[in-house]
Amino acid sequence: MKVLVPVKRVVDYNVKVRVKSDGSGIDTAGVKMSMNPFDEIAVEEAVRLKEQRVASEIIVVSVGINACQDVLRTALAMGADRGVLIAATETLEPLAVAKLLKALVAREIVQLVMMGKQAIDDDMNATGQMLAGILGWPQGTFASKVVITADTATVTREVDSGLETVALALPAVITTDLRLNEPRYASLPNVMRARKKPIEVIAPHELGVEHSPRLTVVNVTEPARRAAGIKVKSVQELVERLRKEAKVI
Amino acid sequence: MGQALVFIEHDGTEIKTQARNAITAGSKLGDVVAVVAGYNVDHIAKAASVISGVKKVVVADDEVFSFALAEPLADLLVHLAPSYSHIIAASTAIGKSIIPRAAGLLDVQPISEVIGIIDANTFVRPIYAGNANATVRSSDTRKLMTVRATSFDPAPPDGATAPIEVFDVAIANTKSRFVSAEVPKNERPELTAARVIVSGGRGLQNGENFRKLIYPIADKLCAAVGASRAAVDAGFVPNDYQVGQTGKIVAPDLYVAIGISGAIQHLAGMKDSKIIVAINKDEDAPIFQVADYGMVGDLFSILPELDRELDCLA
Repeated sequence: MKVLVPVKRVVDYNVKVRVKSDGSGIDTAGVKMSMNPFDEIAVEEAVRLKEQRVASEIIVVSVGINACQDVLRTALAMGADRGVLIAATETLEPLAVAKLLKALVAREIVQLVMMGKQAIDDDMNATGQMLAGILGWPQGTFASKVVITADTATVTREVDSGLETVALALPAVITTDLRLNEPRYASLPNVMRARKKPIEVIAPHELGVEHSPRLTVVNVTEPARRAAGIKVKSVQELVERLRKEAKVI
Repeated sequence: MGQALVFIEHDGTEIKTQARNAITAGSKLGDVVAVVAGYNVDHIAKAASVISGVKKVVVADDEVFSFALAEPLADLLVHLAPSYSHIIAASTAIGKSIIPRAAGLLDVQPISEVIGIIDANTFVRPIYAGNANATVRSSDTRKLMTVRATSFDPAPPDGATAPIEVFDVAIANTKSRFVSAEVPKNERPELTAARVIVSGGRGLQNGENFRKLIYPIADKLCAAVGASRAAVDAGFVPNDYQVGQTGKIVAPDLYVAIGISGAIQHLAGMKDSKIIVAINKDEDAPIFQVADYGMVGDLFSILPELDRELDCLA
């Protein structure tokens, strides 16, 4: 079975982001960029499926500027077979990305899409569910365990009350949560090998997708900061202050 | 004013508090129609009909909705959509699963985790783990969104009785099936509804210490127990305890962070708490930057003392 793994290039999770002074967005100049951590987990899961001979081929896809090839190379070094960059000069909203992915799924005849549950930049948590919807496929969101058999994906999901397991008729979309696996580091030989793996660059219109954005950003602001508090010297002082000053116990 | 369809999440027994927060958000956008889906849920529909602000309840009572699977629920929202300007759910695991799916089917760009409503088209939502707030304007004729419960007060459950209408279009689901649920036994208040939360992190070192040191204090404060991602990853406590960017978002009156360093991903889930207490041995831990009351020291000696001190209060 062919597996498609969409990967997004985002500001590295260790970077403390800064809001631009004109309120137009986040300052990304000179900031370290990486693969979205949830997408790394999705790549890892797909590679494991290939190692178990469940997956026959892993295609990784990114949507964005040329630099997105970096995250595709990372995924190829982890074990994906080939990459597709859908070239876009600006960040596309999840609905546009879902439409592009749908077209790619049709072109490649993919049976499983494995993707991160959310990108840590816009925190939308939407693309996988939207893609599943427009494909008419079932979805296994927030996966912490995945078992694939001939025609079924059994997905254990992290939900508010604990864990829930669902069985999905393939083809399906699965979105990965933090505890699904621990992504591997690519070894140097694999990084070298990945340089020779193919990356195809295509334009959105080649996939027949036209999309005008629905959301415009009016402004981006820094949230109100909490005022620094005080340090207490003893447990007695803490309890006293919580009782008499804060009145919360 | 528009018409807002608000998804009412429930556990088969009662309505989740977050649904009442979502109703408050919906009331800012139009007349609220509450949609209740499930199997044998007359009592839930009745409870929804008296929530303040609800003008009508639509009840979809069918076996297909038994386990709140995303596929049939999204189809239900799509069926109902034409009458509404806004379709809203709280951003819970279920809300986050169904709203984007329905939005895709309706060719709408959903808006996730709304924390502020400016007008019918303009909303505020956090990005980058809450390190920035984006104000976004939607040009979709119909808006689909999830709202952060802690940003909207819960609508009181004692308003006038609204009429209940039955949804009787058959919705099929052949694509997904519920297999099992693993719900850890928990006698304490629910994290997202608790007035007080006592949370532990990696500093606790193991699950046994969690039970020995955190639980008694939580019980004395009638508190829910939370955890950082590190503590959940290490297996100290189950996943549903996790507070943070990808876990639960909470805003209790009192949040006590014990042995939690305060990574931005954790702060994203609790920094709107009214009062934050931090206990950590590292005085440079970032958690102290958001704490109203900080105490630097060894939690293994502080917690037993705190436990005794709380005894004296009782």
